[in-house]
Amino acid sequence: MAIEFTVNGKTVTFSGDPEMPLLWYLRDHARTTGVKYGCGVGACGACTVHLDGSAVRSCSIPVSSAAGHAITTIEGLADGGSLHTLQKAWIEADVPQCGYCQAGQIMAAADLLARNPEPSDSEIAALTNLCRCGTYPRIRKAIRLAVSMNQTAKVTS
Amino acid sequence: MSTPVDHPSAALDWDASAGPDPVIQPRPGIKLGRRSFLKACLSAGGGLMLSVWLPGSVLASGAAQSEQGGAELGLFVRIEPDGRVVIGARSPEIGQGVKTSLPMLIAEEFDADWDKVEVEQLPLGLVFTDKEPGVAWKYGPQGAGGSTNIPDSWSDLRQAGARVRVMLLEAAAKQWDLPVSSLRTDNGRVLGPGGKSIGYGDLAAIAATLSVPDTDVPLKKPEEFRIIGTPRRVVDAESIVTGQARYGIDVHAEGALTAVVARCPHFEGGVKSFDAKDALKIPGVRQVLLLPGPKGSEPITQNLVAGVAVLADDTWSAMKGRKALKIEWTPGDFSDESNASLFAQCDRLLKGKGQVVREDGDVAAAAKSAAHRVEATYRVPYVAHAPLEPPGAYVELGQDSARVIASMQIPSGASRMVNAITGIDRRNIEVIMTRVGGGFGRRLSSDFIAEATLLAKASGKPVKLIWTREDDLAHDFFRPFGQHQLIATLDDKGMPTSWTQKLASASKYHRRPDVEADKMWEAELYTDDFPANIVPNLKVEWFAVKSGMTRGSWRAPAHTVNAFVVESFIDEIALKGGQDPLALRLRLYDHETLDYANHGGPKFSPRRLHEVTRIAGEKIGWGRKLPAGHGLGIAAHFTFGGYTAHAMEVSVDAQGNFIIHRCVCAVDVGQPVNPLGIEAQMMGGTIDGLSTALNLEIGIEKGQVTTRNFPDYPLLQSAKAPDVEVHIVPSRESPCGAGEMGIPTAAPALTNAIFAACGVRIRDLPLRNQLADAMRAKTAAKA
Repeated sequence: MAIEFTVNGKTVTFSGDPEMPLLWYLRDHARTTGVKYGCGVGACGACTVHLDGSAVRSCSIPVSSAAGHAITTIEGLADGGSLHTLQKAWIEADVPQCGYCQAGQIMAAADLLARNPEPSDSEIAALTNLCRCGTYPRIRKAIRLAVSMNQTAKVTS
Repeated sequence: MSTPVDHPSAALDWDASAGPDPVIQPRPGIKLGRRSFLKACLSAGGGLMLSVWLPGSVLASGAAQSEQGGAELGLFVRIEPDGRVVIGARSPEIGQGVKTSLPMLIAEEFDADWDKVEVEQLPLGLVFTDKEPGVAWKYGPQGAGGSTNIPDSWSDLRQAGARVRVMLLEAAAKQWDLPVSSLRTDNGRVLGPGGKSIGYGDLAAIAATLSVPDTDVPLKKPEEFRIIGTPRRVVDAESIVTGQARYGIDVHAEGALTAVVARCPHFEGGVKSFDAKDALKIPGVRQVLLLPGPKGSEPITQNLVAGVAVLADDTWSAMKGRKALKIEWTPGDFSDESNASLFAQCDRLLKGKGQVVREDGDVAAAAKSAAHRVEATYRVPYVAHAPLEPPGAYVELGQDSARVIASMQIPSGASRMVNAITGIDRRNIEVIMTRVGGGFGRRLSSDFIAEATLLAKASGKPVKLIWTREDDLAHDFFRPFGQHQLIATLDDKGMPTSWTQKLASASKYHRRPDVEADKMWEAELYTDDFPANIVPNLKVEWFAVKSGMTRGSWRAPAHTVNAFVVESFIDEIALKGGQDPLALRLRLYDHETLDYANHGGPKFSPRRLHEVTRIAGEKIGWGRKLPAGHGLGIAAHFTFGGYTAHAMEVSVDAQGNFIIHRCVCAVDVGQPVNPLGIEAQMMGGTIDGLSTALNLEIGIEKGQVTTRNFPDYPLLQSAKAPDVEVHIVPSRESPCGAGEMGIPTAAPALTNAIFAACGVRIRDLPLRNQLADAMRAKTAAKA
């Protein structure tokens, strides 16, 4: 039986193996390859996407668990033509080195800010996504920057 | 000239039994002739040859009209009529920032408006000639290894940009009918007398009719730089943060099969038999193929090890198919090998006689008159590269043509590999570089290209090969493990009078086809490293460990190990001789420039090392009164032409928990090209160094790797990764790269700080629970 859900707002159906990790559905079938494979065991977070707005490690859940839900990948994070605050902050803080883990980092950070708009430094540092290049200091800086950009936006609006 | 034997550009070239290499650029310090470039190149055997190569192909190919009506000014620059400037990036971007920094060199010399610059990755460019070695670079060297991109490009890419400037000036001179001498360039425009000004876009059509100068033109003076030396953000940042950037693993091609391989887990083992019946029943699985590999300890010239490949319509089906395979392996000759057996072998070897690889003065005589003697043994483990994007490749074979798209450090290696396996003429092998999800030395080798090519050939289909993390950690060119024994004697003022270093290690040159047994040490010990030529009596001895682990170059190769050992031992010497560790270093570094035959040579300036050490000490506040339980540590090292010092402030509690309160890194890479990129490399290098020192070790039991995935190979997470205060020394010296200098001194600065904080000397890496155990033992001893 086909599974139906949305990826970045578009309805998709899949009638293949329901046990296929969501990651491989997104990469091979939906071709949202911004979602990256890093470990397949939920340890690195490179595959982080949002399921109904909450971060999940897509390598560790079957595609069947997405049925009836809304999946957002890095490709769908920007609101139309306007980048997400975190994406802007990431560019401003010059975070990426190889860049491979960054989509997952941003999706995890977006989830953090959605739950907790003003996280403390230790809450920011508690994100467990791995970066082999060691961009953590600039990741933390970018998240703090995004928080302050959001605060400024709130004051001016 | 002396070329380091394990120059990482060469590190891959050993798999070049496939054929001669493109010429590589001369090392810094080699003068380029005006009309011809004297090129150093590596022969198939890895030896050094010199050939004269006319620069015509790289810098002076004719200008032309581009398809969009813009102007192609040489090979690297295209100016569109709307003023956009497109610059080609020639080397693989593995996170070291060359896709930004190399175009900066070009843009600088023709005064491009950086805000209008777009960067495009160039494919591999080879030019084929009748002259030996028959192949040359079209765009200049294209590789990522040995932190060589910046020094290799410092002359030729600026020259490429300067020639574009000349063309734009000539175009404006034509347009205005004025002498070139009355014109100048500035930020995307040519300016003339009386306030005349015209944008490059408006000159594109005329410039396209001119020819590129075929001789060198003057370069800017450093004081005229307005792009070089200024912070510039990663050019691909927006495509990365929106998920649009493409990596090797992102290739999708209709009709291609996705392959995963079950590789023999036994060191030097093979496939005895396999049963593919169940695998072939899995929906989506199309083929199951034997992947042949080297026999026993044969040199590795293609793939690492034999296996069985499953080719399927998508990744998940291939993985399920692999799980369903039944394979009987042939074990190799190393079924007794384990981490413990390897160190036991070192203990045995170090009691005997090794290969003396350097001997200065008379160590024995110096020992007789010494006031103090210090001895210590240090151990470092095998580690894996573990780039976050695992190895993989897309290979498509035609009748007489091939296309490779992959994340690579050495794209010319891919061209050679496909040629070696298929016989397809290298002229017809297209090699396309994507962004690379981390290199760290893993992709200097083309074994994964070999696998994809073998499978494409055997299956008759285009193949997209995927390695899982488990594949990557089990089958790597691991950084060698080793055990160092150091002995120093000191005079009554605490200054070292003799230095003996014995190393038992498993050379990274293992199973290379072109390295003689008596040269295996050269990858393990760089005998011009500090304190050679400074401590007058010095002896260095190497002992070959037998191990079945395949090994290779790991970011800042043996420097990562040797700097830990030497910089820890300098602290032990300081303690024994009653000297301050910083003061002792500054005394030893107060020395004139020395010859240096290895990475970053031909010269090593101890005084530049002195300066970064002094800065790191000053910034951390060396000598100030510290809170109880806190300590400061320092370490310095010369790597690949760069000078780095780390200083850290650490506290350790009674349970052995430690906190890095501050981490300072001072670096001198000569003229900084992109300070923002250098800072990133130093932060990242520091964290790589700490991550490795704290927790990483490849587990070995019964001649197999036992480390499975990141839970067993715990890279540092953000919570434990310190902020790094980077201080870049202003300099007009010829620049070196920055990709490797940040690592070697991070670990010894940490362990020296730990010692200063709590008196526990860490001599074995990784640190893991050693500190907790030592503090517990201390408490128990007190009670």
